[in-house]
Amino acid sequence: MSRGRQRTGMVRSYTPTGGVARPTRRTLDDATLLMVDEEKELRGLEPEPYRVMELCRPGRLSLAEVSYHLHLPRTVTTVIVAHLVDSGHLIARAPVPAASVHDTALLERILDGLHAL
Amino acid sequence: MGSTLSDRDYVPDRVSQSVKIVVLGSFGVGKTTYVRAVSEIRSMHTEEAMTQAGEAIDDLSGVRDKTTTTVTMDFGRLTLTTDLVLYLFGAPGQDRFLPMVTQLMDGALGALVLVDTRRLDQSFTSIDLVERAGLPYAIAVNTFPDAPTYADTEIRDSLTMENSTPLVRIDARVRDSAKRALIALISNMLGRPHLETAP
Ligand SMILES: Nc1nc2c(ncn2[C@@H]2O[C@H](COP(=O)(O)OP(=O)(O)OP(=O)(O)O)[C@@H](O)[C@H]2O)c(=O)[nH]1
Ligand SMILES: [Mg+2]
Repeated sequence: MSRGRQRTGMVRSYTPTGGVARPTRRTLDDATLLMVDEEKELRGLEPEPYRVMELCRPGRLSLAEVSYHLHLPRTVTTVIVAHLVDSGHLIARAPVPAASVHDTALLERILDGLHAL
Repeated sequence: MGSTLSDRDYVPDRVSQSVKIVVLGSFGVGKTTYVRAVSEIRSMHTEEAMTQAGEAIDDLSGVRDKTTTTVTMDFGRLTLTTDLVLYLFGAPGQDRFLPMVTQLMDGALGALVLVDTRRLDQSFTSIDLVERAGLPYAIAVNTFPDAPTYADTEIRDSLTMENSTPLVRIDARVRDSAKRALIALISNMLGRPHLETAP
């Protein structure tokens, strides 16, 4: 058996060391929208991050959708995506939380959207 | 796999903002049914490995010898406008997944609590959770055929609901009916009356 990388290397290499989580990782939500930075090279990416980039390239998806389409556990997806956000491959937009809905404009848009469905 | 997704699996290109609404309720109350009825695309789910204590496992090293369980979480999507998308997440019903539900509520715009009049007392856990999280919420009575019918005031009393909390009656299997719970929630957040008449 090779003494190189372990099979679990994908996950382990994205697991923060020293028990300190990367900042992005804590701010990634299931409903966070992910967008690809087209300028970034995919060469050199490991297979799992590469698959995430391939999936996201044609259009926008949330973190939860990426998990679903790639059949990856949510937490594993979060770790991979956090790394890709830190490297600039992905751009993440967090959902608008209740606490920051001061302007009614967003709520109005949601309501209009619901009525129109 | 990624390469086989169709255009409509993706969020439209101009959409740059998302909101999240969590659907809670006791075991078997109709959360999965609700998310499926309202979603514009086939409903989806995520999977997560959990410890017996209900904590999500995000560090795969060192947990292999602990007893783990897999929890599935349903979610759906609704494109509301050309630049806004709504994600609906069905929280797992069992109490042992509470830590995960708490995490799910983080970043949410609001919540819906589905209740079944045959088991009103089983709704308290969910109501407590959303209240503790400080989330705006609406109560949606999922109407099952053999369930006893109560007046709104009786339900409000049983659940010790604030008068300002919206109460709607829905059929979680029917999109237009299910949608009314979301409309009631958002209307209420806007400070609008949400006129609903009991069936
Ligand atoms: N008659 C009627 N049946 C419903 C309605 N909503 C759900 N059901 C049925 O109730 C059962 C449970 O519904 P689910 O959607 O699986 O409930 P759930 O809350 O996701 O259940 P757990 O995830 O196990 O907690 C299913 O057999 C549904 O078909 C409703 O509005 N009316
Ligand atoms: Mg379910």
